[in-house]
Amino acid sequence: MIGEKPKGLRAHLTLTYPALMLGIFFIVPFGLMAAVSFFHRQPGGFYIPGFELTNYKNLYTALFGRTLVFSLFVAGLSAAVCVSIGFPFTYFITRMKRRAQVVWLVLLMSVLSLSEVIVGFAWSLLLSRTAGLSNLFVWLGLMERAVAWYPGFMALLFGICYLAFPYTVLVLYPPLSRLDPALPEAAQTLGASPIRTFFTVVVGSLRNAIVAAFVMVFVFTLGAYLLPQILGRPRHWTLSVLITDAAIYQTNMPLSAAMAIFFMFVSLVLVALTMMIGKRKRIKTV
Amino acid sequence: MPQILIRRFNRAGKSQISIFNDKNSMSGLTLENIDKNFGSVVAVCDVNLLLPDGQFVCFLGPSGCGKTTLLRLIAGLEKPSRGRILLDEEDITHIPAHKRNFGMVFQSLALFPHLTVGENVTYSLRVRKTGKTARRQRARELLDLVKLSGLIDRHISQLSGGQRQRVAMARALAIEPRLFLLDEPLSALDAKLREDMQLELRMLQQRLAVTTILVTHDQREAMTMSDLVVVMGPDNRVHQMGSPLEIYRNPADTFVADFIGTSNLLDGTCSGPRDVTVGGARLEISEMPDGMIPDTKVTVSVRPEEVHVLPGTEEGANRLHGSVSFVRDVGSSVEIYLDCNGLQIVSQSTPKGRPAVRQGDQATAVLPASACVVLRS
Ligand SMILES: Nc1ncnc2c1ncn2[C@@H]1O[C@H](COP(=O)(O)OP(=O)(O)OP(=O)(O)O)[C@@H](O)[C@H]1O
Ligand SMILES: [Mg+2]
Repeated sequence: MIGEKPKGLRAHLTLTYPALMLGIFFIVPFGLMAAVSFFHRQPGGFYIPGFELTNYKNLYTALFGRTLVFSLFVAGLSAAVCVSIGFPFTYFITRMKRRAQVVWLVLLMSVLSLSEVIVGFAWSLLLSRTAGLSNLFVWLGLMERAVAWYPGFMALLFGICYLAFPYTVLVLYPPLSRLDPALPEAAQTLGASPIRTFFTVVVGSLRNAIVAAFVMVFVFTLGAYLLPQILGRPRHWTLSVLITDAAIYQTNMPLSAAMAIFFMFVSLVLVALTMMIGKRKRIKTV
Repeated sequence: MPQILIRRFNRAGKSQISIFNDKNSMSGLTLENIDKNFGSVVAVCDVNLLLPDGQFVCFLGPSGCGKTTLLRLIAGLEKPSRGRILLDEEDITHIPAHKRNFGMVFQSLALFPHLTVGENVTYSLRVRKTGKTARRQRARELLDLVKLSGLIDRHISQLSGGQRQRVAMARALAIEPRLFLLDEPLSALDAKLREDMQLELRMLQQRLAVTTILVTHDQREAMTMSDLVVVMGPDNRVHQMGSPLEIYRNPADTFVADFIGTSNLLDGTCSGPRDVTVGGARLEISEMPDGMIPDTKVTVSVRPEEVHVLPGTEEGANRLHGSVSFVRDVGSSVEIYLDCNGLQIVSQSTPKGRPAVRQGDQATAVLPASACVVLRS
């Protein structure tokens, strides 16, 4: 007992630093925001401390509902697109020679060094009618005349996926490169074609990694703020835009805090549901 | 009737072709001039084999000699750089693995971690779109076959090493394979379990009469289990193929003689049509390889259990004199190490037949003519 105590103390000491950082940079701001969401708004001013549910009641509008659903939809769709392209892509990378793998990974990582603003404006230019890629296709004889692919939903989806794709590959790379190459080979000796092998064995045995990557991209995209404004039309604006709008242009901090808290709550529930489904499937397979 | 070529290896390791007019020997697996390179690495070099049906074949050799590569070539998981693979005279070199119907047990077992035991075993049936109840029925049969009844709904992570082994075998047998290929499946098991599994595998093979190829670097395993042993060497070539006894009695070259069991390898020169001089002593040989002219450098291989030790110095042919440098008594056998003018000779005998010599004594080693195998150096 006596001998164990210092050990426990030291173990706790090493934890204090991360705990402190977590407290300062996450819990305190979150607590502030949670508190503000219950405060009373002073029209024309800021807010005064109090406790009321008015802010949450005020969320019940068509605009908020539509934007919330749209944000979740965009995040879910981009996560689905990223994972369904990223998974086979990463699988092929891990089957390459070491050298080629490094080249591909470095190339992907270099995308991460670009800021969201640059990516957004670059794509808005490339997808435009006047100076965009469609002009190139016209020149190549692939298209009749130049068209504008931006602004619009596809442009937004494209931009978000472009940003999230490297992260998807990064999350999927370790489990895929750890996959025993004998697993797909075993499936082949058992009569499965390469495509069937991919879906039944590679996808099947890495379901957890796929769920993790999906959740990661989903959460990552939920916060999209710049791209919807650059590449989308106003009806493609996400909840982040709405929250910022309320906070800064309408100086309604309590409402924006309530929006953020509610948004986070819904997202957490969805993530938890996704993870539960992923787990249940693994157990219940006959 | 077509004539069948069967390649056998004579003592000098050269392939010699004998011709049979037997229709039954047509079926089997033939490897013709197989080479496999990975870039500049030679993994398998110039392999010619004919493996008849229903046999238990072992690929035996030291690490890195290309056993796994050869097995993968047969399974279709690797394409040969040169040569052809024939099954029952049909060229299967370019048929992909999933169309060959060869069951394979991998070194890592490669059990599907996301499936239960039953699902693993009947994966091949699911691929073939067999119904669920039929699959479960077949899973039960296969698990009974490998003595794992009752574990059908377990997860792979809940099995012991030996149980996993059996699941891997059952899964490979589920396709009713034309060939059953195993890549060192037993190497991860402890000695006792390994022996049990060896016996079981052998009995299973005989019951199903399926042609089986087992890769191993354990010569004991190869010698005790197989009908045919294919010995591969560090030069990634096949050195000899034959029954275990044949390989033990008549090793094709010094590598095989040294690798299979222990052997006294004595350097000497050919001194007559049936004579070899070793360390100043003349050895009579009952069977000489062809083309041995006097003064050819040769190596004489004699198994320790064939060497008799007599106390004192006794003159005569096939006798070497020296002093006893060491006596090792391991209970079930006695080994006597003789130093005959720099030549080390080991003799092994049963405790009953133990010669009356002690360390430091002068003694005579008798190498019977019939036990001396002459190999080209
Ligand atoms: N995919 C590969 N790429 C490059 N070289 C390879 C590859 N596979 C095998 N080799 C090389 O080919 C040679 C034979 O390898 P192989 O795995 O067949 O040996 P092995 O006899 O099975 O050895 P062990 O008993 O250690 O399993 C080795 O030198 C190995 O390094
Ligand atoms: Mg191997």
